[in-house]
This record gives sequence, structure tokens and C-alpha cells, in this order.
Amino acid sequence: MSDISAPALFPAAAPVHVRGYWASVWNRLRYDYVTLFCLAVIILIVLSAVFAPMLAPMDPDRSSMANRLRAIGDRGYILGTDEQGRDMLSRLLYGGRVSLAMGILPVMFATVIGGMFGVIAGFFGGKVNMLIMRTMDVFFAFPSVLLAVAISGSLGGGFTNQLITLTVVLVPPLCRVAETATSQIRSMDFVDAGRASGASSISIIVHHVLINVMSPVLVYASTLVSVSIILASGLSFLGLGVSPPTADWGLMLSTLRQSIYVQPLVSAIPGIAILITSIAFNLVSDGLRQAMDVKG
Amino acid sequence: MWLYALRRLLLTLPILFGVTVICFALVQIAPGDPIQNLLSPTASQADADRLRAAYGLDQPLPIQYFIWIGRVLTGEFGMSIANNSPVAGEVFRAFGNTIVIALISVALAFVLSMILGVVAAYRSGSLIDKVITAIAVFGISVPPFWLGVVLVIFFAVNMFWLPATGMGASGSESFSYFDWNDLKFAIMPIIALTLPPLGIMTRTTRAAVSEILSQDFIQTLRAKGLSEMSIMLHAVRNVMPAAVAMFGLQLGYLIGGSVLVETVFTWPGTGFLLNKAILTRDIPLLQGTILVLATAFVLINLLVDLIQSIIDPRIKRS
Repeated sequence: MSDISAPALFPAAAPVHVRGYWASVWNRLRYDYVTLFCLAVIILIVLSAVFAPMLAPMDPDRSSMANRLRAIGDRGYILGTDEQGRDMLSRLLYGGRVSLAMGILPVMFATVIGGMFGVIAGFFGGKVNMLIMRTMDVFFAFPSVLLAVAISGSLGGGFTNQLITLTVVLVPPLCRVAETATSQIRSMDFVDAGRASGASSISIIVHHVLINVMSPVLVYASTLVSVSIILASGLSFLGLGVSPPTADWGLMLSTLRQSIYVQPLVSAIPGIAILITSIAFNLVSDGLRQAMDVKG
Repeated sequence: MWLYALRRLLLTLPILFGVTVICFALVQIAPGDPIQNLLSPTASQADADRLRAAYGLDQPLPIQYFIWIGRVLTGEFGMSIANNSPVAGEVFRAFGNTIVIALISVALAFVLSMILGVVAAYRSGSLIDKVITAIAVFGISVPPFWLGVVLVIFFAVNMFWLPATGMGASGSESFSYFDWNDLKFAIMPIIALTLPPLGIMTRTTRAAVSEILSQDFIQTLRAKGLSEMSIMLHAVRNVMPAAVAMFGLQLGYLIGGSVLVETVFTWPGTGFLLNKAILTRDIPLLQGTILVLATAFVLINLLVDLIQSIIDPRIKRS
């Protein structure tokens, strides 16, 4: 009668090799050559910025009045010199440190802060959601460039102020993405199951929500890196970035603007660096989005 | 319809309130004491206190906010520190100049992106799709001010075709798109302003059209024997609400974000004004310009939502 044991009904399935989520993401990325190439470009740019002191042929801040605005390749200056006779290649390598930092750090800070607020708003809903999301809406009432210029223009220039500005600008969009993802997950059965089995809100968020919110938020954050680099270079261009003589791609573009009639090619170089970096980050984030199968 | 419009209008009010709070806060986060800038170096502490009281700066912040917002609502934005003229007049004069190039840029980007986006979605995976996607990625990744510099190098320095900077002799008073002497000054700023929204809008249109093309009703239309042309019209009709939203958003971004391009071309719009305010640390001018631009952005979004609800009745119900 009741001696039909469960194992007989459900014989042990033959062990199937199931790929984990990240393994399958990697498997898809492996054949995406455009993304891999761009990833290599980014790694190259990061390495050249990190090892700038070893790679740079000259002191990036040493000016030489006799060698102002040399053409590309002239007198051993591989990429020419700027309006103060400083070696462009060296400044480009050092400038990458500031520009990359301005692309990555604000996005990291904003992901943590915006993600936290978004998850809280999405998970608890109701009044908490109202309070957080309506506050974010006010920031959405500003075009991002305008908000950046407004905050930066009031705070003044400098590395820290630029970092604060960009973080503030990037928090609202990340918060919104995290909120949307969280409120979708909140209504899933496994969250109810967790609650029914007595898990606390914190434990549900940590064990069930975060892991699921992670991929859309990370993919979105990766698209913001190039946005942040371009915003930062724009602020530096307006004189709201690091103070001279520190090398920074946006600042270099700004000071070289006066020299476009003398050395048009050299004056365009920092912009090319920004462009390549930002294209690489954009394409990598496109590839990630596809590999991680995130919509939107 | 009217109920929806009214509700949408009421939702805008708290946003506008928030915008004014942020603009008010801009002055608070600015380092330095505004009173010290107005005083002569020999002034005593008592003089400073008197001036502070005269400006209402000794009041608590909420009171200061209400004093300020009261002035703003009557059109008084304070005095520019740099040239001691009313901020409101300067901002509105510049605003017209910004609109001149922003509107035409966004219209250009809109038309081009609709064509490119639809073609790319139709020929998905083909060479032309890849070329269009590459153009879009370039548009998104290029720093617009650098593009401006490159355009100047190419058209003004090398070819002498176009004037590098400025707004021409007639200026904002009688600018006309149909007068070559005016238009030639606007061409390069317009190109530099068009490319970034072109990139974003092309990507959006391509994604939206390919999504619609994969839906069942397209299959039905094809089964019914409709020509490709009329199937495309069905698809375009369905992306229209999203396209209008895109148009408004990008127009707002251009009006608010033209500071860099205007600076490169010394185009006398609001962006150039912002740059001037930053260089001279003229906080009242900065505050007034940002307030006007952000308000314009909010109002454009309101307008777009209303237009959207007219062309897509489904929106009203949600």
C-alpha cells in the first residue's frame, strides 16, 4: 500500500552538467570578439595609466619654452609637445590616471549609494518608496550635464569636488534601475517563501534580492563609465576639474584649444584618447548586456 | 484627456518645487561668504552684519528660501556680480540663442535617427546595420566639445569655409536660418550638437523597431499579404509615442547640456553664460541660468507627456 517509497517514483536523475550563471555568461562572451577586443583595449589603457611613471619618456610637468608645440614625432617627442613644451605622450599617460579614475570611481560610489537606496525603496515600497523615488525625480528634472555643471560650478574645481559632483549626478539613474529590479523581485514567490520560513527582511535582501538585482544594476553601471568619463572631461574642459599643471585629458584639450591654428593634430590627441576609451567602455557594456541577457 | 492633463500638471508642481530647492542650495554649497565679495577689504564686522541683514542672509535658511522664491516668482533673479546687471535679462536673451541651435539640432537628429534606426532594424545583422550601429556608438562616445574642436580645425583652420566662432554680425536680434551670413556661424555648433542625440536616438529607434518587428501582429500583416512598405508604416506608427518622448528628452538635454559646445564656438547662449558664470565665480548668474534651464526641461517633459497621451490613448489609463 504505502510502501511505494518516494525514491522509486523519482529515480535519481543522471548527473547533468549544468553551467552556472557566470559560466554561461563567460561562455557567451568568449565568442564575442568585439567585446573581447574592447576589453583588451581597456586593460591596456588601465595598465598604461597605472604604470605611467615607468612608461612615460619624460616628466609630464616639465615645461620647456624652447620646445613649445612640437609636431608629432619631432625631436623625439613621439606625440609632440603642448603649449608649454611638455611632452604630450607623458602627459597623456599620466592624464589617463585622472580620467580613468573619474570614469570608474564615481560609478562605483554611485552604484553602492544608488543601489542601496533603490533596493530599500523597491523592497519596502509604500511611503519609503515615495520619499526616495520622489527625491530622485527632482534630480531627473535636470539634464545630467546641467546638473554636473551646476554642482561643480558652485563647489568649485578640484579632484574631490569633481568626484562628489559626478557621484551625485549618477546616483539617481542607478537608484531607479535598482528600484525597478527590486520591486519586480519582491513579488516573486521565493521572497514570500523566505518570509514564510521566518527570514528577516535583511536576510531576504542579502540572500535573495541582491543577487538578482545585481546583473541589471551592474550592466547599467557599466554603461555609465563612459558617460562619467565624458562628463568629467567636459567639466575639466570648463576649468572645473583638477587644477593645472596636473595632466587630465579634458584639461589638456582645453588648454590646447588656443593652439589649434599652430598644431591642429597635437591639439586633437587628448580628445582621441577620450574617444577611444569611451567607445571601448560602451562596446564592452553592450557585450555584457547581451551576455548577461539583461533587457533595457 | 483634461483630467489626465490636470493630474500631470499637478505632479509637475512638486518637481518644480524640488528644482527651486536645489537651485537655492547651489548658493549654500558654494564655498566662501557672498557678503565678503561685496564689501571693501577695510569694512568692519558691523558693516558686514548690516549688509547681511539687508540681504536677509541673517535669517534661517527656510525663511531665506521663501524670500528668494518670492523674488524669483516676480521675475527678479538677483544681480550678476561680474557686470552688475539683472540676471533675468541676461538669461532670457541667451536662452533664445540656445533655442535657435538646440531646436534645429534635435529636429535633425530626430529625422536622421528615425531613418537610420528603421533601416538598421530592417536589415538587422547586415553590413548597413553594422555601419549605422558604428555611427551610433561614435555619436554616444564622442565628447561633443572635442568634436567641436575637430570641426573648427577642419572647416575653419584648414579649409577656411566657415567662421570658427561667434554668432555673426546680426547676433540674436535678427538671426535668420535663411540668411547664409547668419547660418554659416550656426552650422558647426549644430553639427556638434546633433551627433550625440543622433547616436542615442538611433540606438533607441533601432531597438524599438526590432522589438515591434518580432511581434505577432507583424507576422499577421505579412500573412495577409501587405507590402513591406505598409508593414514598415505599422511599425513606425507603433514607435511614434516612444519617439516623441525621445525628442522631448533630447531637446531638454541639448538646451541644458549645450554649455560645452557653446563654449567651444563662443555661441552667446545660456551655456556660454554658464561658462562665464563659472570663470568669474558669479554664483547669482549661475543660479539664475540653471533655474531657467531646469524649469524649461521640466516643462518640455510635461508637454511631451501630454502630446504622448494624445497620440497613444493607452497611456492615459495607466
